[in-house]
Amino acid sequence: MFAFIINRILQALPVMLAVALISFAMFAYVGDPVAIMLGQDFTEAQREALVRDLGLDQPFWVQFATFVGNAAQGEFGLSYRLSRPVAELIAERAPATLELAFCAAGLALLIGVPMGVYTGLYRHSWLSRFFLTFSLIGVSLPTFLIGILLILVFAVWLGWLPSFGRGDTVQLGWWSTGFLTWSGLKALILPAITLGLFQLTLIMRLVRSEMMEVLRTDYIKFARARGLPNRAVHFGHALKNTLVPVITIVGLQLGAIIAFAIVTETVFQWPGMGLLFIQSVGAADIPVMSAYLLLIALVFVTINLIVDLLYYAVDPRLRIGRGKGGH
Amino acid sequence: MSNLAPLLRVKNLRVEFPTRRGTLVALDDVSFDIAPGEVLGVVGESGAGKSMTGAAIIGLLEPPGRIARGEILLDGKRIDNLRYEQMRRIRGKEIGAIFQDPLTTLNPLYTVGRQLVETMTTHLPVGPGEARRRAIEWLELVGIPAAAQRIDSYPHEFSGGMRQRVVIALALCAEPRLIVADEPTTALDVSIQAQVIALLKRLAREKGTAMMLVTHDMGVIAETADRVAVMYAGRIAEIGPVREVVKHANHPYSAGLMASIPPLDRRVERLAQIDGAMPRLSAIPKGCAYNPRCPQVFGKCRELRPDLINAGTTQAACWLYDTEATRG
Repeated sequence: MFAFIINRILQALPVMLAVALISFAMFAYVGDPVAIMLGQDFTEAQREALVRDLGLDQPFWVQFATFVGNAAQGEFGLSYRLSRPVAELIAERAPATLELAFCAAGLALLIGVPMGVYTGLYRHSWLSRFFLTFSLIGVSLPTFLIGILLILVFAVWLGWLPSFGRGDTVQLGWWSTGFLTWSGLKALILPAITLGLFQLTLIMRLVRSEMMEVLRTDYIKFARARGLPNRAVHFGHALKNTLVPVITIVGLQLGAIIAFAIVTETVFQWPGMGLLFIQSVGAADIPVMSAYLLLIALVFVTINLIVDLLYYAVDPRLRIGRGKGGH
Repeated sequence: MSNLAPLLRVKNLRVEFPTRRGTLVALDDVSFDIAPGEVLGVVGESGAGKSMTGAAIIGLLEPPGRIARGEILLDGKRIDNLRYEQMRRIRGKEIGAIFQDPLTTLNPLYTVGRQLVETMTTHLPVGPGEARRRAIEWLELVGIPAAAQRIDSYPHEFSGGMRQRVVIALALCAEPRLIVADEPTTALDVSIQAQVIALLKRLAREKGTAMMLVTHDMGVIAETADRVAVMYAGRIAEIGPVREVVKHANHPYSAGLMASIPPLDRRVERLAQIDGAMPRLSAIPKGCAYNPRCPQVFGKCRELRPDLINAGTTQAACWLYDTEATRG
């Protein structure tokens, strides 16, 4: 088990290094940081001093090694746009994005899985047909349109929910949470629906097709032939067998929700990392962009590790090294 | 044994599959009885309706297949028209089932112990602790070595033969009075087949369990069954005591089937075979379904479908045994 985790972490290292190389390359090839930092008027001496300060006169590999070393300690330098440490900026914005992402993922799972099970079991009922039609809307409508529609209906017409921002937040150490205030919770609803709707329909359709597949298997027929109650057959035997592919997709989707909440955050002016990223792109704020890129790679690598561990928990056939018992 | 009141009675069973191009009749006018403790072998080519009959009895026909006519009675009570929940209580408890492929019959994600325990706690008035104790007993009974340790193993940790033993334990653990065994040895190595059949036979005798044994292995039938039903194109061609059907089959189809078993005591140049193939369900010929292949075919066979009639030692669905038909 422990060896398995170590093995996985070692496998993740080259991935992280490759991403680090790409984000490092941004400094060299996307604009000239020296020109950006010096502005309009400067002397040659000032320019050389800055080049030396930034270490830009060093060979490429030395610069890269320094970059990786700093990144590993959470040092990403100063934001060009805000002149504040990048790590601090991201730490400030991360809670907003993570809370939104987990709400959206929770919503997608808690509604998507039961809907998938239902439509898989009762393929021909009118409710299943309705869910499937509805899921087509979720899959095909672009996120920004859903967000704007929700704002129009619930914020503008009905006036029930706020149209932007996080509402009031409470500071728990460095973590700012919107879960503890009424306005914070209300502000979460629309963005979470917007962000989670696509995932919800995806999960529903995935669970449905997996359920239909599993229900055809011999072990489900045999479970019925043993006279087990429907609840045990459907949820105990069938649903558990659909979990491996569902975990895979949900894991990747959770990564996508965290990484690409950009559109939703922009529509709702949600003060998260996505909004920070899009503002940084506008200002060619390379330290923020490269740090964001690395962070997202880290999120995906971590989620993949967790997904692998979950496979392990769900499917005994993958538990290598366990006593094999022979024949 | 046939003088006892039957445990299972199948009367004029007809199973249909509605399809886009009309209704297919998968089983037509199938009738037979199984007495308590009796083993009825059901043989025939693939697609003759052997497995379909078993599925109809346990109430698990694949939709859109449905029982269109006829009755299935267990202990004199109809079970073919029960609601799903009522039938569920009978499955496992009164009628156990064994499937063909032990590699796919067990849920890969649960230990064999858990699968045994859940079956017993569903049907018997026992708690999980008692059920686990009995599960170990059952594993010992079906010949799993070190049952107390192996109970927490997953299906993939057993070989095919061992898995089929586990399946047998699962089918028997709620002590049903009838087992529907659908090709229980077909997927196993030949060397294992004999062991599994011997086990099944022994347990059925010890527990007094009746069995409907579906197979196309005549050797298994000859060794295990009390009576045999030979099926052809969704109907019973012949039914009778195993010795009679194997040695002196009356229906030309069963005779052809038995003749194609290679004799062990002498060498033959060519094995006997039945020319042609069984008709598809959508193209069953008029009259007797076997008439295009039958060496003894005559006028009436092409016109009218024969019912099971007394043919001396067995019952055969053949006009040869209808005195009026042969005379005319």
